[in-house]
Amino acid sequence: MSLLIIAEHDNNELKPSTLNTIAAAQKISDDIHVLIAGSQCQSVVEQTVQVESVQKVLVADNGAYEHQLAENISKLVVDIADAYGHILSPATTTGKNLLPRVAALLDVAQLSDVVEVISPDTFVRPIYAGNALATVKTTDKVKVLTIRTTGFDAVSSQGGSAEVVILEQVIDSTQSQFISEQLAESDRPELTAASIIVSGGRGMGSGENFHLIESVADKLGAAVGASRAAVDAGFVPNDWQVGQTGKTVAPDLYIAVGISGAIQHLAGMKDSKVIVAINKDEEAPIFQIADYGLVADLFEAVPELEKSL
Amino acid sequence: MSEIDLIDKVYRGFMKILVTVKRVVDYNVKVRVKADQSGVELANVKMSINPFCEIAVEEAIRLKEKGLATEVVVVSVGSKTCQETLRTALALGADRGIQVDTEDGLDSLAVAKLVAKVAKEEAADLIIMGKQAIDSDNNQTGQMVAALLDYPQATFASEIVIEDGAAQVTREIDGGLQVLSVALPAIVTTDLRLNEPRFASLPNIMKAKRKPIAVKTAEELGVNTQSNVETVSVASPSDRKAGIKVGSVAELVEKLKHEAKVVS
Ligand SMILES: Cc1cc2nc3c(=O)[nH]c(=O)nc-3n(C[C@H](O)[C@H](O)[C@H](O)COP(=O)(O)OP(=O)(O)OC[C@H]3O[C@@H](n4cnc5c(N)ncnc54)[C@H](O)[C@@H]3O)c2cc1C
Ligand SMILES: Nc1ncnc2c1ncn2[C@@H]1O[C@H](COP(=O)(O)O)[C@@H](O)[C@H]1O
Repeated sequence: MSLLIIAEHDNNELKPSTLNTIAAAQKISDDIHVLIAGSQCQSVVEQTVQVESVQKVLVADNGAYEHQLAENISKLVVDIADAYGHILSPATTTGKNLLPRVAALLDVAQLSDVVEVISPDTFVRPIYAGNALATVKTTDKVKVLTIRTTGFDAVSSQGGSAEVVILEQVIDSTQSQFISEQLAESDRPELTAASIIVSGGRGMGSGENFHLIESVADKLGAAVGASRAAVDAGFVPNDWQVGQTGKTVAPDLYIAVGISGAIQHLAGMKDSKVIVAINKDEEAPIFQIADYGLVADLFEAVPELEKSL
Repeated sequence: MSEIDLIDKVYRGFMKILVTVKRVVDYNVKVRVKADQSGVELANVKMSINPFCEIAVEEAIRLKEKGLATEVVVVSVGSKTCQETLRTALALGADRGIQVDTEDGLDSLAVAKLVAKVAKEEAADLIIMGKQAIDSDNNQTGQMVAALLDYPQATFASEIVIEDGAAQVTREIDGGLQVLSVALPAIVTTDLRLNEPRFASLPNIMKAKRKPIAVKTAEELGVNTQSNVETVSVASPSDRKAGIKVGSVAELVEKLKHEAKVVS
């Protein structure tokens, strides 16, 4: 049966998380359709038709979908859901906001953060901050899943030639209204797509001191992350938080600076290929999972690291 | 009641807030998977109110303290032990509790159906829920309640402002922050930065013992809690071994370049 993916995009660009979701979809079906709901999102459509394995691109281009409010998009998806055995989206804040609403309207379960596809009805997902992996089987008529991007290598953004189908339905609820948005602008790679991440914790002491981390990141072409404690203290913005309740990352190299290694933080980064920890407390739990640990004062070690790169 | 008070109340409406609270393994506990892979070991493990639900209760109480709400009702779905969690919420300042008596570990859709029914019965104007239960890590029940009631939703809230029959909510999203205005009745789910919950004082803990907790069943609410999802097994993730300690920054850089080959 066909499978529907809700694309993650900002009306200009198809987000890489969609490519990881398509990789998960390939293990379920070879008739993969992608829904692009947005406003003036023609460039996203052009990018998506070229993506490997995509058979059909469904386009709902209307002002009502500009901010992808869950109230509208969920009804749009339910409207076309009959044709599908699976509905997937990346487990991003957009996907997590939307898909449970879709599932409840369809009177089916929703499985969050799927990291492995065993068969079209059986999936693996982490629970308890990743301290356990549950294998779950669902007999629902439509299987609604959010996909943890770190579980699947992205498909190629090239090589496809999908058919485009225009959807005419307009669902414009007045219950919810977009007021404003404050999006971080940065020349650095996005946290969830970066191959190197340098993260700082409470040990950084202040937001200003994060420039130490940022200069290392700039030399490495890395993204910058943080622990919850650093975000709560106001050192850095909320969207830098890595962990159980923040972002999940799995770069080739993760450097944790002044981070103790609480289970909630580890939940978001322990699948990184190589982990480095810099901490002045040799008992810090982060050293139990680090490939390379350096017991040192970060205010000496980090500037030295920056110089030697 | 004086005329001014009356006008004040009518003007502001009698906003009733429903807050959901879940009893979960305490966040400090590192759970262990059972040898037979049927689940995680819950015997003799410390249980607490889900941290995001505690934030939800705190927010409701603050709205009441500001005179924006008249009553805060807390609801928990599960076996009798979840009454402890309701008492915790009552000690923080909620007015009364409802236990929906079911087996523990229902799936989110069933919980959402029960909560939606209670919200309707109570005619709640605002439903505040945690964004995520730290045991299931589902992050879905609030969105499902919103769908079932056809109410608007504002998930992952870091600020809530009530005005003119709507909630203006700042949401923590992947790219930064977003502000939505949702017409009441609505569902809001809490993120970590919404507030810092207070500690319950001893007198309030004593007072909470006398606050009422009603018990309802799924049958009374007319909800079928059957699920089509079966947990086949629960396994431990492959453990990551500690590596080595390096003695200097120079050694670290050397290892990253030549051993791990992740830096050029
Ligand atoms: C419901 C819930 C959800 C949570 N979700 C998350 C989440 O998603 N992500 C997350 O990160 N946390 C999360 N947490 C918080 C988590 O439990 C920890 O509190 C947090 O990760 C600690 O951050 P930290 O390591 O920066 O701070 P701390 O634990 O205070 O550690 C600071 C470290 O810095 C070191 N240090 C200090 N000064 C120096 C110096 N000069 N040089 C070198 N080292 C130094 C110290 O030795 C210490 O190890 C959550 C908690 C709860 C309850
Ligand atoms: N059994 C339950 N009883 C009360 N509230 C619940 C229950 N399960 C989930 N919730 C609420 O739904 C939120 C999200 O849970 P979840 O979708 O399971 O991550 C929690 O923070 C609670 O507020």
